[in-house]
Amino acid sequence: MRIFDTSVQELKYKVLREVATLAFEDRLSTGLLDIPKTIVPGPQATMRCCIYKERAIVEERIKLALGGDPENENVIEVLNIACDECPVSRFKVGEACRGCIAHRCVNVCPKGAISIHNQKAVIDDEKCVECGRCQSVCPYNAIIKSVRPCEQACKINAISMDENKKAKIDNDKCISCGACVYQCPFGAIMDKSYIVKAIQMLKDSDHNQKYHVYAVVAPSISSQFSYAKIGQVVSGIKALGFYSVVEVALGADMVAYKEAKELSEKGFLTSSCCPAFVEYIEKYFPDMKGDISHNYSPMAQIAVYIKRTDPDAKIVFIGPCTAKKKEISREKVKGIVDCVITFEELQALFDSRNVELSELPEETLDNASYFGRIFARSGGLADAVRQGLKEHGITDEAFEYKPISCDGIEQCKIALLKASKGVLPENFIEGMACQGGCIGGAGCLTHGPKDKNEVDKYGGQAREKGIKDAINILKFVK
Amino acid sequence: MDISVCIGSSCHLRGSYDIIKGLEALIEQHGLQNQINLAAAFCLGNCTNGVTIKVNDRIVTGVSTENLPQVFKEHVLKALS
Repeated sequence: MRIFDTSVQELKYKVLREVATLAFEDRLSTGLLDIPKTIVPGPQATMRCCIYKERAIVEERIKLALGGDPENENVIEVLNIACDECPVSRFKVGEACRGCIAHRCVNVCPKGAISIHNQKAVIDDEKCVECGRCQSVCPYNAIIKSVRPCEQACKINAISMDENKKAKIDNDKCISCGACVYQCPFGAIMDKSYIVKAIQMLKDSDHNQKYHVYAVVAPSISSQFSYAKIGQVVSGIKALGFYSVVEVALGADMVAYKEAKELSEKGFLTSSCCPAFVEYIEKYFPDMKGDISHNYSPMAQIAVYIKRTDPDAKIVFIGPCTAKKKEISREKVKGIVDCVITFEELQALFDSRNVELSELPEETLDNASYFGRIFARSGGLADAVRQGLKEHGITDEAFEYKPISCDGIEQCKIALLKASKGVLPENFIEGMACQGGCIGGAGCLTHGPKDKNEVDKYGGQAREKGIKDAINILKFVK
Repeated sequence: MDISVCIGSSCHLRGSYDIIKGLEALIEQHGLQNQINLAAAFCLGNCTNGVTIKVNDRIVTGVSTENLPQVFKEHVLKALS
């Protein structure tokens, strides 16, 4: 059965799996050089011009699998040789051009970039400013706009082309959401992986004797690993050597409860769960920094509680998110969460240890309430904050709650623009950089339309129905 | 004396919160608030035998609301006396 959405994910996964196998077996130093040949056995090339280029690209992937360029603060990197130099010119004249007599395209072009040669329109790329007017006036729809998939994916324009026509990420603009990673059809952009760090943590714990390694799992897990039950995934994580598996959703319950209070006191707030959204505000709307909720993200919140009960613990977050990899190096979160891996990477870890989820018994995963669990989808956080207000006893008369759930960074941008001008009618912005919320995250195995229902179903299975029911226990975490 | 109650998933489902509330009541009933530090722990490593509690360094598994008074007597009151 198909585990991933795309073959690009699968290729990335294969490299991660091989690296994980070596790391678990302490053979990294001797085995790394063999990985390209294992993955690209030849003699026929299947993806690129020749097996040597394919292998060279695998080598680059190995570097990323080992943590990538330490000099680069970003967790998203371009694999230069894998970047296929997609067409750069955005407007091209296609086959449908009839070389008509009207020449609306020529007449409308403000830069004189279009001329007629051999009864066909030709665009001079040097002059074209990509305004798109020619496209809109052509009666034959003959003018084609082509945008590189990475640029198309990056809604905040952090990707441009360098002088060699390779994709280049502007770290000052990038929010590490990973949209380009998932969208590049050649897999030429990848998130740095910290699987080796996680494996080392497990090994150094000496089977959790020296310290305990906790896996904290994002609620979006409910839409992942569809070939097994969540309880089997929990068993699988423990089979890898983790001491315990805890729901990040319990941290989300706490965040919703605190955020409701903060919102009612301040009167306006933007959410702090999505690290890409938080970074977006910091970079693009710095004047609004003060409006970001002061709460930890659910990931950091649950980790704080775990470390309070077990100060020597090491905590690995497992989720759908590439931006979380960056979040843990933020000043506020440093030392709280020790490592971040994605669901894609978790699959690689399972297979590196031959962990067959479908054969494992089901263990339990139940710490959070319905509301903590639905954080995984767009709209869930806003619902949870509404519940938080209710459970605080804050009535509609005392505070009128007007949330807006922004699904994807473009919607976030619109809401923030309005808010920055003081014309946003709502008073709480739920910002999720990925489409659909965390279930659309770049580190997900699959991104399906039915995922939202899976999240709600999982929410409904929580033993605790209200937020307080779930977080009351945290009073005893001293 | 330190008492930790496991609030990991398995124990949670078996009712750790009720055990904590029960212990709180028993501690108060015996006037031991100053002698006992009651806290939660995320996992005490006995997931299949919950609810698990730890009394100082001793692990006690299979705690339920039914046997809690007995467990309290045996592992807490005896140790304190």
